[in-house]
Amino acid sequence: MSQTQTSPGKPVGIDAVILWIFLAIGSMFALIIAAKTPDDLMRVHALIFLTAFIIAGFAMIARQYKAQKDEGPYMMGIVKVGVGLSAFWGVVGFLVGVIIALQLAYPNFMYIEEWGWTNFGRLRPLHTSAVIFAFGGTVLITTSFYVVQRTSRARLAGGIAPWFVFWGYQLFIIIAATGYLMGVTQSREYAEPEWYADIWLTIVWVAYLLVYLGTLWKRKEPHIYVANWFYLAFIVTVALLHVVNNLAMPVSLIETRSYSLFAGVQDALTQWWYGHNAVGFFLTAGFLGIMYYFIPKRAERPVYSYRLSIVHFWSLIFIYIWAGPHHLHYTALPEWAQTLGMTFSVMLWMPSWGGMINGLMTLSGAWDKIRTDPVIRMMIVSVAFYGMSTFEGPLMAVRAVNSLSHYTEWTIGHVHSGALGWVGYISFGALYCLAQWAWGRKKLYSNALVEWHFWISTVGILLYISSMWVAGILEGLWWRSYDELGFLQYSFIQTVEAKHIYFVIRALGGTMFLVGALIMCYNLWKTARGDVLDEKPKQAGGKAPAMAPAE
Amino acid sequence: MYETLSQIAQTGGLLLFVIAFLLVLVYALAPSNRAKFDHAAKIPLEEENSDE
Amino acid sequence: MLDRHAFLEKHSGPLVAAILFVVSIGGLVEIAPLFYLENTIEEVEGVRPYTPLELAGRDIYIREGCYVCHSQMIRPLRDEVERYGHYSLAAESMYDHPFQWGSKRTGPDLARVGGKYSDEWQRQHLIDPRSLVPGSVMPPYAFLDKTKLEFDRLDTHLIANRRVGVPYTDEQIANAQEDLKLQAGYFLAEDFEGFEERWPDVSYPAFMDKREITELDALIAYLQVLGTMVDFSTYEAENPDNLR
Repeated sequence: MSQTQTSPGKPVGIDAVILWIFLAIGSMFALIIAAKTPDDLMRVHALIFLTAFIIAGFAMIARQYKAQKDEGPYMMGIVKVGVGLSAFWGVVGFLVGVIIALQLAYPNFMYIEEWGWTNFGRLRPLHTSAVIFAFGGTVLITTSFYVVQRTSRARLAGGIAPWFVFWGYQLFIIIAATGYLMGVTQSREYAEPEWYADIWLTIVWVAYLLVYLGTLWKRKEPHIYVANWFYLAFIVTVALLHVVNNLAMPVSLIETRSYSLFAGVQDALTQWWYGHNAVGFFLTAGFLGIMYYFIPKRAERPVYSYRLSIVHFWSLIFIYIWAGPHHLHYTALPEWAQTLGMTFSVMLWMPSWGGMINGLMTLSGAWDKIRTDPVIRMMIVSVAFYGMSTFEGPLMAVRAVNSLSHYTEWTIGHVHSGALGWVGYISFGALYCLAQWAWGRKKLYSNALVEWHFWISTVGILLYISSMWVAGILEGLWWRSYDELGFLQYSFIQTVEAKHIYFVIRALGGTMFLVGALIMCYNLWKTARGDVLDEKPKQAGGKAPAMAPAE
Repeated sequence: MYETLSQIAQTGGLLLFVIAFLLVLVYALAPSNRAKFDHAAKIPLEEENSDE
Repeated sequence: MLDRHAFLEKHSGPLVAAILFVVSIGGLVEIAPLFYLENTIEEVEGVRPYTPLELAGRDIYIREGCYVCHSQMIRPLRDEVERYGHYSLAAESMYDHPFQWGSKRTGPDLARVGGKYSDEWQRQHLIDPRSLVPGSVMPPYAFLDKTKLEFDRLDTHLIANRRVGVPYTDEQIANAQEDLKLQAGYFLAEDFEGFEERWPDVSYPAFMDKREITELDALIAYLQVLGTMVDFSTYEAENPDNLR
């Protein structure tokens, strides 16, 4: 590609020409839609698209005249921007989470009665999308671009295409987030953005797959390292899920609203086939890619068992895809589908724990690193949380348990032990690593600040999940309890009132998690700048230094 | 239709997946592949750090 | 076979194909049958497409994210049937594009909320939930009462629904805006006979005195129809055709 030439007046590559034409056509579409639409919300979104395309066009011109700095064997600029934006979206997502947690504890918090934009119903999709897609997605794109380059020993393919993937994805996030606030949603959980945002994401995602494959094709290492398999499964399967689940009929091509192609029971199963596999392939397979690269690399030890990783991979992706119906136990979904979903969910326990063992045991023989390197500790605790929530998940997928847990806060607790513990911590670990590696820093700015981050957010997670467990089991039992005369003992509103104290504790836990993330941001910033805080070494306590074995 | 499908799933389908799983298992555990996997496992550790 | 996997490890294209194949199986086996199996949806009487006013209200229900706190799916468990009413049937959401079953009950299930409370109660509760239910954590929706409902192009919404399988008739689509006004009790609405022909079992206000139709009016019309369509006296739960 043209990237290998270093002179400032380098020729315009074919990649840039294609993108230019694409942006020009896209701008024209956006302009026409903005002018013709009867729908104000569509106009706002068309103008956002237009603005983004124009900015991208100018940025590309500026790039032509700028002496290119990012010309090493690897494309690290995109990783650096990705680290920054991941941290940013993390803070935004956690902050919105804290706000809606407070809204449940104190219902009038941040309500503007004359204006529905900050109501819980609009902010909750903003929270879930901000943490899953903005934070998680940016982390995945960033780390996958880093890992595929390093393990292939090749620069990202496609010239400017990786940047298109990166910023195109950010544009999707902006469209989704502004849409939720304005009330643009198709009400499919974790797939709320409307049809045009979905088409845009499809384009970006296809480019993502091509960049990824193109880089693999250029690789100098014959074997494709296992982390890349997980990333590939994540990219390919999410594409499949996204396209099928978002099939819809727009009211017109210049309006926001659309109606799902499917209805009722078929629609429900399609949505939860998507919803569960968003967990399986976005929040699990993708982040397992992180685990399989960053833990061995940070610990400077190969993964515990490469063979186990092969079995782990195929059994995980095969079994996960079946588990969706456990979201629909006792509903109008035919019972055979529910049974199938439950069976596979229980089977899923095995590959999940195989993966957990593989991650944890990578440290065997070097357990002291958990004590001496707080980043390693964070990632190992993350894998432990993965083991915990993948144990709890199959349990909750059993129909009898599900009849109690479904619709309650228990589900929320379960989700957050996976989201805060597993996804959050493995991401934080990877971001700490990348702040060093992408900028070529020997050390983090401060290990002590990582310790603070770790302990504050760990206490936060524990407060969060234990309060939600108690609240969920409490309400589940109260809903089904009878008095001695055989009448329902509690009205619904009594169960709501009983949860107040747990809502307060949950909000506190979430706030602590947010504070931890802010500490991380400061640490990442200072590390990237190259600052190193003068800290006393850990073993300076007088006891046998350096030789302390694992406890 | 449903009966036919479930019949297939409970016999041939089940067998097919068990065999596929065993093949993955055999492949992963075959002693002859050990050296290859040992090499693959070290890929993240062996890359050169030429950009630093 | 041993070499086959080694092949996958070195060739990304086939690896992608293998992943796609493996992850397609589960979806195909579970989802595809629902579309042609006759016993996915029961035969019941009474389920009809939403009227224009109800559909407009449903759009607002979706827009405001009501589904994140309210389910519309009563499970066949003793306490749920006693608390909310007859368990939900697949047929009751056969025209729901998309479905609104929900996944969380921060508030109560709404599958059969229709007719449980008066329009006035619903109005007051939506404007200020805690004025009627002190312990409620529901957001106030006073702004819906002050927002004029936009329905100039509502017929296009019915058309989009028809394209995905909802059996709206040409007359229902052609008169969507007029029928909406009449069902809302708008003071200039007049085609009563036509309305009764197009929407045989749908009632409308006794007094046509509404000066302005708000988003809240539409939302209440939607809430009031939830779970009321099926005539359960004609539904035979034990009929083999209805066992799934």
